[in-house]
Parts: sequence; C-alpha cells; structure tokens
Amino acid sequence: MPRKKITIPSKVESLSILNEKGQLDKTLEPDIPEELLLKLHRAMVLGRRFDERLLSLQRQGRIGTFAPITGQEASQLGAVAPLRDTDWMAPSFREMAAELWRGKAMESVILAYGGYNEGWPDEKEHNDLPVAIPVASQVLHALGIAWAMKYRQKDDVAMAFLGDGGTSEGDFHEGLNFAGVYQAPVIIICQNNQWAISVPRSKQTRSKTLAQKALAYDIPGIQVDGNDILAVYAASKEAIDRARAGEGATLIENVTYRMMMHTTADDPKRYRTDKEVNAWKKRDPIIRFQKYLIDKGILSDKKINTLEEDVKAEIQGAVDNAEAMMKKTIEPMDMFNHAYEELPPYTEQQRKEFEEELAEIGKEGNHA
Amino acid sequence: MPKVTMVQALNMALRQEMEKDDRVIILGEDVGLDGGVFRVTDGLVQEFGEDRSVDTPLAESGIVGMSIGMALYGLRPVCEIQFSGFSYHNFHQIENHAARLRWRSQGRFQVPMVLRTPYGGGVRALEHHSESRETFWSHIPGLKMVIPSGPRNARALLVSAIRDPDPVIFYEGKAIYRAFREEVPEEEETMPIGQSQRVKEGKDLTMISYGAMMRPTLQAAETLQEKDGIETDVIDLLTISPMDDTLFVESVQKTGRALVVHEAPRTLGPGAEIVSRLVEKAFYYLEAPVARVTGFDIIIPLFSRENAYLPNVHRILRAARKVMSS
Ligand SMILES: Cc1ncc(C[n+]2csc(CCOP(=O)(O)OP(=O)(O)O)c2C)c(N)n1
Ligand SMILES: [Mg+2]
Repeated sequence: MPRKKITIPSKVESLSILNEKGQLDKTLEPDIPEELLLKLHRAMVLGRRFDERLLSLQRQGRIGTFAPITGQEASQLGAVAPLRDTDWMAPSFREMAAELWRGKAMESVILAYGGYNEGWPDEKEHNDLPVAIPVASQVLHALGIAWAMKYRQKDDVAMAFLGDGGTSEGDFHEGLNFAGVYQAPVIIICQNNQWAISVPRSKQTRSKTLAQKALAYDIPGIQVDGNDILAVYAASKEAIDRARAGEGATLIENVTYRMMMHTTADDPKRYRTDKEVNAWKKRDPIIRFQKYLIDKGILSDKKINTLEEDVKAEIQGAVDNAEAMMKKTIEPMDMFNHAYEELPPYTEQQRKEFEEELAEIGKEGNHA
Repeated sequence: MPKVTMVQALNMALRQEMEKDDRVIILGEDVGLDGGVFRVTDGLVQEFGEDRSVDTPLAESGIVGMSIGMALYGLRPVCEIQFSGFSYHNFHQIENHAARLRWRSQGRFQVPMVLRTPYGGGVRALEHHSESRETFWSHIPGLKMVIPSGPRNARALLVSAIRDPDPVIFYEGKAIYRAFREEVPEEEETMPIGQSQRVKEGKDLTMISYGAMMRPTLQAAETLQEKDGIETDVIDLLTISPMDDTLFVESVQKTGRALVVHEAPRTLGPGAEIVSRLVEKAFYYLEAPVARVTGFDIIIPLFSRENAYLPNVHRILRAARKVMSS
C-alpha cells in the first residue's frame, strides 16, 4: 500500500486579453461584432452614470440604501452579453448594469431602491430572477433552473452571480457540487471585488484563487481579469457554449474592484486605504475598453461626448418617470398584494380592519 | 451618569465583560475593524486584539456552529449575526445543537453562548432587514430569547446573557439603536433573564409590549392618560422566552383589560402566548376581549409602506379605546 501523490488534472485557468494599459493580446481577441462592442460600451457608460445618479439621489434622501456597481461594469456586462433571452439570470444585489442589459428599466431600479415593491418585477417578459440579498442563496436557484432546462431538453443556460464573500457560504459549495454531479448547464459568475463589506478577500479564504474552488467539484474554473470586458466576454461565451452543448457547469472568477462603499450605509474609510482605491482607478474597465475601441477606429472622443449627453438625458428621463410614479404609488393597502395567490381568511380580515383604520386615521398622514 | 445610546450601552457591556473574563470572545461578519455594521463592537478589536473580536468569513452557519464548539470547550462566545434576516442559515445549529446539547449530553455539556442580532423595521432598509421573527426562536425549548427596549436594560441584559449558562438569542431593535439616550451607570449592572418589568403603573388597562414597540406603546399610554383619563399599567416583557407572566397576569387581575403590541406578524406571535396565559390564569377577571396590535400576517413591505405595516401610536390608541369601551 504505497503512499503517493494523487494528481488531479486541473481545469483551472486564468485569462486576460486587454491589459491595464489597453494593450491587446491579438491571439486571444474575441470575435465580437462592432455593433455589439459599441452596445457594450454604451451599457458600461450607462451603468456608471446611473450608479452615480443613484448615489446622489440616495444622498438627497430621494431613495434608500443601495449597493453601487462602479468599477464592476465589465465584470457583469461581459458575462451576460453572450446570453440569449431564453436563458435565465439569477443576480445578487450588485448587478444593476447586467440587469439593465437584460431589459430591466431604470425606473424599476429607482422604484425598488425608493422603497416600492413595484420596482421588483421587470417590465420586459424575460426570465431573470429578482435581486437576491441573502448572500449566495441564488446559486442554488440557478442550479435548479439549469437542472430543469436539461430535463426539458432545452439548450438554454442559467447564470448566477455572487461575490467573493459569497464563496464562503455553504449554498455556494452546495451549488457547485450539485452542478458537478448533475452536469447542469449553469454558469456561476463570482465577482471578486476584493471586499465583502470590511473583510478583504485575503481573510475570506486561504485559497490563492476563487476559481480553484471549482477543482474540488471537478468542473472548469477560470480566473479572469474582470476589468477586461473582452476577457470576461470570452470566458463567459466559452462556458455558455459548453453548457449548451451538454458539457456542464463552469465557475468564473472575475477579478475586479468595488470602487465605492459596500452600500450607501457603509463607510469604507474605516477599513481600507485611499492608496488601494487609487491603484485600482488605473485599471478602470471603461477607460481601458474605450482605448481599445478608439484604436480599432470605431470610437472617438467626439462620439464619447455625444454618448455621455445621450446617457445623461436617458437617466434624467427615468428619474423623472420614477419620481412621478412614486408620487402616485403610495396606496398602503397594496402591501397585502401578492402575499398569497388568495389571501387567507384571517389575513383578509386584517386587511379589512386596516382599511377601516386607514379611513379613520390615515387622513392624519401616518400611514404613508 | 453618562447618557448613551443603545449601541453605546451594548458596546459597554461587551467591553466590561471582555475585560473581566477572557473566555468572552466576539465573532461575526465585520465585527473587527468595521466595529459591526451598526458599530456595536466598535473599538473592541483595537482594545482586545483579533483573537477576542474575530472577523469571520461570510457564513452564518459557520459562525454559530463554531460558537457552539467554543462554548462546549468552556469559552463564552458572543456571536453577531449581521441582520436577523440572515440567521436562518444558522437556524439548524441553534435548534439541532445549541438548544439541545445540555439535554443530549444529560448535563455533561452546556452551550453558554449569545447570538446577538438586529431585528425589526423602521430604518428604511432593504429586503430581509426589517423582519421581526422572535417567534422562531421562542418556540425552541432549551433556548432563551431576550429583547431589550432601551440602552439601560440592553446593557444589563446583555451582561446577564453572557453569564447565562444556556444559549441566548439577543435581539436588538434597529429602530432604537440610536433613537434615544439613557443614563447608564459605569458600574456593572445585570438584570435577571426571564423577568418582565412594570414601567408604568395604572389601574384601567394593561399594555404589554417589548423591544422597539415599547416606545409607541408608552407614547400611547401618555396620550390615554392625558386625553382620555385612562390609567395604563405598562409591562415590558424583556424576555420573550422563557416568558414571565407573573406581572401581566397580576396586572390584568387588577385592570380586567389588556392590549398587546408587537411588530411581529399576529398569528402565533408572542401575543398569542400572552393571551393564552391570560385565558389560563386571569380568565375570570377579564372584562373585555384582549386586543392585539401587531404586524399583519404578510411580509413586511419595503420602506415606502413600512409605516403602514408597523404598529404605531394611532393604531394602539384606536385599539385601546375599543378595549376600554367594550
Ligand atoms: C447570508 C447573508 N449574510 C450576510 C449578509 C449581509 N451582507 C450583505 S452583502 C455582504 C458582503 C457580501 O460580500 P461579497 O459576497 O463579496 O459581495 P459584494 O458585496 O462585495 O458584492 C454581507 C455580509 C447577507 N446579505 N446575506
Ligand atoms: Mg465582494
């Protein structure tokens, strides 16, 4: 009975195509049509500017707490860009740009952060799940959806997002393990933005990479430069194609950075240095991509300016619409909607009592 | 005596217990440098080091399971679950182990741990950050469930919880973390777990509440006194489980009328137990049906409608007047 090393073939890789200086590795450049490149660029700028606008709305008390996405535009847009409408996405709470890409209206985002449940469902009839706040829980839902897709013999896929902190939760590991066991068409995107609130990536796990977590479950894992949209796109597309072809799940670790506070309730000065933040500013995903597009001859400073104006107007329109809706949508009775398909009798009785109360005391403005 | 918020009072309790007893260890997500997202553990890592205020990876079942192990080995872990909405990941560790190990080992082991966690609405938060699910925990035999209502009793009860030989779930009302200050003595103070308190004396109506709902309850009591001439006897439960019924039963034997206020959903909320005890022990004294002003049996809505969901002074007054007139 000799004692020897077990060698496990590693399916763990890393990928970078467009480096920090905007230099391109030609051999790895994905074949993305110009139109899609420009659409992605626009979505990145829109995501960034909308994030900034949400922050100012929050600071003015016009919406509540939210989780900014600034710095993570490439990491999420590159991932969802190769999805089809019939695919499903299960976001966490930091995928606003990806959600807009998939068809969510900015109005809905504002409404939800403004404290209106009406903002949760999507305008567009597609298959994405609502935001999941309990960290990593959504990985299992995506896995279940993927299992069902396979059962129904569809070539669709499910994509779940989570953060670096999320890889510590049992749900994440259970999701990866099930995905491996069932060879389910699920793509798990881990946006490693280096922080889980105040806990740095280095304290979250002793593993050198998050991608290597895939190794234990024998599914492919890849660590991607998450601020390089070409690399994120390429890795995601490969994983999606494999999943569609019946070759199972992939874990993608997008190495990126949370440029802003965790949420608007957080003060990052307590736990991280400006120096670190500034170092990451140099790796800005938008600037890098713009350089690539300009070098390619399909973008110019002038076009960027026009785009910025355009995006600004679009955001303003959405803010105006959403605020108008919020003014109208304050019927407190609506909180009884959607609890059940049919309200149980005793809850219905509570609803009626509340209606009476409202008639009596709501006038004093205490119920809105 | 310094006037402090509940956050500061809780911090004081932790600091004093940590100074005194090196078995007391804090652990949880962001409890170190960040001082907890509500700053209850602020400064403790600087004062006591990373072995006493331990930042954990993001995993609630891990935090609670580890706390159980630490407690079994003789430490006094005080773990923080960032929001009670995320404590269901660790529910099984509490129900299956923390609450049972004394019993399962037939007294050989004990699990003297505290699980602190913010609960309740009123802070314009995201989903899962506003619920009041004390019933989940108060239904578990072998476990204690405490909910303070202000800085002074929070400080004293937390000290008692840390010293308690049984596992304690300690709910902290987010809405009252910083809402008001109270004088809290520098000297050590404890308060017995499992004892309610009378905070206002009156002969007409018994009002029973706890936690963040004590404020609107007391405000309503004042209005009833001033505007209606109704004298209320107000009981602060403080411990939900094991529930102390001595004060409120005795009170209802005097007043004949009772009203319960909590923000948890009505069905099988703590009010259901209170009313049952009254039926068992004060039935013949009751002069009117007992009223419950509670959260509705629906999920608490996002914050634009949160005030409609949460019991407020108006709803309490309306119910109190109804009880008085029947
Ligand atoms: C199960 C659970 N525990 C705790 C929280 C509170 N919380 C919200 S986000 C967060 C950190 C998440 O870090 P990470 O997974 O890296 O995602 P990021 O916020 O960086 O996008 C924590 C602890 C939560 N939402 N869910
Ligand atoms: Mg993170």
